[in-house]
Order: sequence, then C-alpha cells, then structure tokens
Amino acid sequence: MTGLSDEDWTAILLSLRVASVATLASLPFGVALAYVLARCRFPGRTLLDGLIHLPLVMPPVVTGYLLLLSFGRKGPIGAFLDQCCGLVFSFRWTGAALAAAVMGMPLMVRAIRLTIESLDRRLEQAAGTLGARPLFVFATVTLPLAAPGILAGSILSFAKALGEFGATITFVSNIPGETQTIPSAIYTFTQVPGGDANALRLTAVSIAISLIALIASEVLARRLNRQVASFS
Amino acid sequence: MIEVDVALARAGFALAVDFTAGNGITALFGESGAGKSTVLHLVAGLVRPDRGRIAVNGTVFTDTEARIFVAPHRRRIGYVFQDALLFPHLNVRQNLLYGRWFTKAEATSISLDQVTDLLGIRPLLDRRPTTLSGGERQRVAIGRALLASPSILLMDEPLAALDIDRKREIIPYIQRLRDELKLPILYVSHAIEEVARLADRVILMSAGRVKSDGAPQQVLSPKAGPGDDRFARVSILTAGKPDYDEKYQLTQVTHPAGRITLPGRLAPGPDPVRIVIRATDVTIALSKPRELSIRTALKGTVSTLSEPMGAVVMVEIELAGGETLAAAVTRKAVDELGLGPGDQVYCLVKSVSIDDRLMAAP
Repeated sequence: MTGLSDEDWTAILLSLRVASVATLASLPFGVALAYVLARCRFPGRTLLDGLIHLPLVMPPVVTGYLLLLSFGRKGPIGAFLDQCCGLVFSFRWTGAALAAAVMGMPLMVRAIRLTIESLDRRLEQAAGTLGARPLFVFATVTLPLAAPGILAGSILSFAKALGEFGATITFVSNIPGETQTIPSAIYTFTQVPGGDANALRLTAVSIAISLIALIASEVLARRLNRQVASFS
Repeated sequence: MIEVDVALARAGFALAVDFTAGNGITALFGESGAGKSTVLHLVAGLVRPDRGRIAVNGTVFTDTEARIFVAPHRRRIGYVFQDALLFPHLNVRQNLLYGRWFTKAEATSISLDQVTDLLGIRPLLDRRPTTLSGGERQRVAIGRALLASPSILLMDEPLAALDIDRKREIIPYIQRLRDELKLPILYVSHAIEEVARLADRVILMSAGRVKSDGAPQQVLSPKAGPGDDRFARVSILTAGKPDYDEKYQLTQVTHPAGRITLPGRLAPGPDPVRIVIRATDVTIALSKPRELSIRTALKGTVSTLSEPMGAVVMVEIELAGGETLAAAVTRKAVDELGLGPGDQVYCLVKSVSIDDRLMAAP
C-alpha cells in the first residue's frame, strides 16, 4: 500500500535503529567531552579537540578504514572487546552505529560545548555556596541549563547518522538486513538497472524522516528554551 | 563571629585585610576595585588566598599555614550575589529549597514559612524567576541563601542592580534580617546611603586595605569619607522622640540642634532614629531664616572648611549636641558670606530630601 518493499522497510528500520543507538550511545561521551573542552585547561586540550574534529574533515572512507583497522575482529580494540564482552563491530549493525557515532561526534560535541561555554558559571558557584557537591551541581544546574544544546547536538548527530555512507560502507560493508542503511540501499538501487523507482521511494522516505526530526527538535527546543530562558 | 586575616596578590592588585565581625551587618565599603568583593570570595572559598586564615564561629575554613582549605560547598555560607543568580529552570519554591537538599534536618535553623514571611515572598512561590521583578528576585535570592541554614551571610552589592524604587522596597527586609536573625552579615556596597542606613559597623576599604573601621557615624563622618567620592558624603545624626502630625502628614524628631521635619510617618521602630543627610542637601544661612519653605534649621558652629575642590568647598559644622554635619557649598558663597571657623550658622535641610534616607537605629 505504501509502495515500499520488505527490502525497503528493512533498510528504513535499520537506519532508524543505527541512528538512534549511535546518538544515544554517544551522548554521554559527547557531554563529557564537551564539558571537559569547555571547562578544563590541561596540556593536550587542543590535540583532543583536533582528534574529535578529525572525522569532520577527513574523507569518510579514511575514518571507516581506521575503524576497520582498530575495531575489526583482528584490530587491537575490536579483538579485546570481542574477548571481554562479546561485542563485535565488524560487518554488524553495531559497527554501522559505531561509524555513525564517530562521524556525528564532532557535531554533537560542538553544539553542547558552545552551550556550556555560554552558561553563567556563577550559577554553578551559587549552587556550590548552597552546599551542592560539584557532581550534584553538574546534574542539577549545568545539565538542565545545557539541555537545549544537548538536544541540538543530538539532532545533528542523528541526522548525520541517517546520512552516513562512506565510513559505514568501508567499515561494515553493505549487507542487506545487517548493515544496509537507507543511503547504502539507495546507492545499491542506483547501481542496478530498473532500481530508479526504489531509489526514489527511499529518497522520499529519507526526506520525510529528516523533516520530521527537524520539526520535532524545533518544537522541543522552543519548549526547553522557555524553561531555561535566562534573564536579559 | 567571623575572623578574617588574609593576603592576596594579583597582577596590579594586592589585598591585605585583617578584621573580625560579630552578629549584625558589617559593611565593607569603598570605591570599585577596593577589594570588597574579593574579601567575600575569599570567605566563600571561591578564591584562595596566598596567605592567611579565615574562621567562622571557631570553624577554620582557610588556613594556609595549616594547609586547610574547606571546599565552598562544605562551608555553609549564604551568598547573595548582585544579580540574584536564581536558577532559571526552577520555580521560586524549588530555588528556595535548593540548599535544603544538603542541610541535615537537625542543622536547619529556619523554615520555609519563616523565610517567606520574613521576606514577603509567599505569593511568588509558584512563579518562575524570569517573571519576577528585580527586587522580588533579590528577595528570593536572600531567602534561598537563608534556607541553606548558613552560619554567615555574605551580600555582594545586593541592591546595586536595582532602581531606586526597588531599593526602597527591599531595604526594610534587610533591616528585619539584621534585627531578627542572629547572624553575622558581611555586606559589600559602594553606596554610602545604603551603608549609612543598614550597617551596624563599617569597614572602609581602599586599594586592598582597611582604611578605617568602626560605627557608621565615625567612619562615614565628613572627615573619613572616601577620597574620590567627596560629593557623596553624608552625615549621620541621631534624633529622638518621633512625633507624627496627622493633619500635615509630617513627622518631627528632636535633635539638640533643632527639630528635624520629615514627610510621612515613621515605621515603628526603636528610638532614637538615625537620620542620614547628604552634604549636597544642606544649605548654610547666617541667621534663622523666615519666609522660606524649609522647616528644618539646625544650629551649629563652623568648625572647618576644606580646601576648595574646584567650585565647591566642604564645610563642617559642629551642631549643638556635638554631632558633625557636612555641607557642600560653592566657594563663591563662602567668600560672599565671609564664612570662617567659629561662625554661628543655621543648616537648612529640605524635609523631602531626608525622606528616604531615614532609618531606624540599631
């Protein structure tokens, strides 16, 4: 009825799963990295900042290849994770999520960091003088006030994950039902004769998902902003 | 009781202060950059001193020699910032109760009801900070600090960001705080009238040092006024026996040098009352004037004339009864009246200009 084949649906659902998992799993790291970069001064800070931003400027294929080298079954990190907790990335949807998370990380960290930097630190000091431990200040003041930035960063990361192609296909290939996300599926359809209609349908779905995500984030952001609106 | 003896050096700024303060309001007073706020930061633990010791009620917070430095959140200090700094994502009630999460039940010294009554903020409890006026915000900020059951209250220019009407609205609440809570309060301000009204004791600071220290009448007297703020000098007079005139809605108070007339009715309070008069509001006459609208004429003797400051000379008059009143007058007027030490004069003060500088004495 929708005109979408089972194959299409598989790719769509996989894409949504990969993007959601990538965003949610990278969120704690994104917030932590953004906080450290915004608030801490330490040697190697610029280097850390550079490393986080690398996936943004490097060819995605390079990022994918590096992931394959380090997180592949024979790679140092991949082998370790496989042995200790049975977590396998190569040629699995989890690998697609990892690739998407790494590619989205610079966008996420950037958005959250800017928000944390713009917060009035004296609000945190005020919480401290009222008796709140630093971790408690972070949880009850910093995080809620940074919520709009965290939301924006998540949306960017989610959007990036939906569209991620180069690193994913290099790292985990293009296996229907396992690693074939919407972009990979569209790419595949364009490579076979008569696949144009399928490619177009998936393109329309892709546009729809992006639009819905953008509108949802706009609505949420407005509500959050009202809640944390600062004084002029 | 708070003991402070600290030194701190930063590029282009050195601070070295040593004082103790008991219950009531101790004002740290002086021009911007004198180091007043730095003292509060040191007491709160937001800044570490190079050397020195800070203790409140016998508990050592900072002692560089003994290598003691208690983290700010363990100090139980109430800090009221200039711009309130309410948490924008919490409503007034949540803001007020924020410190309660960290106060042991047996250590609480004041309840939410007491605080909301003391500060008149009960109707605001469910509002968001963004919807409050500046004065309301500052009252909530004071309440929030009090509810953390602090052993000392630090107020960093709490009125500086407010317009005159908001100041008027909030000053009585700070007076109640001072009179009803047994709490040392360090109050930073560069506004002389605020200090003259509120302080039990004034510590005058300049360039990181304590320049003078004592009762407001002494420290803020014309001779001791901060050098750069000549025209903002005030005199503090002590007067008694307020008497309200229903027909004209005037209050008269008695001073040895004459009666002082004030518009309106005095808030009930202790007797005697403290009257704060700005030097620029005082006019000097050689004889008791008639056919003049001014109702207050205080008799006294010129004691000194300052060096001319441009067009202006600061004249100090010893009033009958011994208190000193400062008057800022033009050099030309001094010459034309032939004013000199020993002359008998009348000091005229417009009643309406005394109005909001009146306060109940401690």
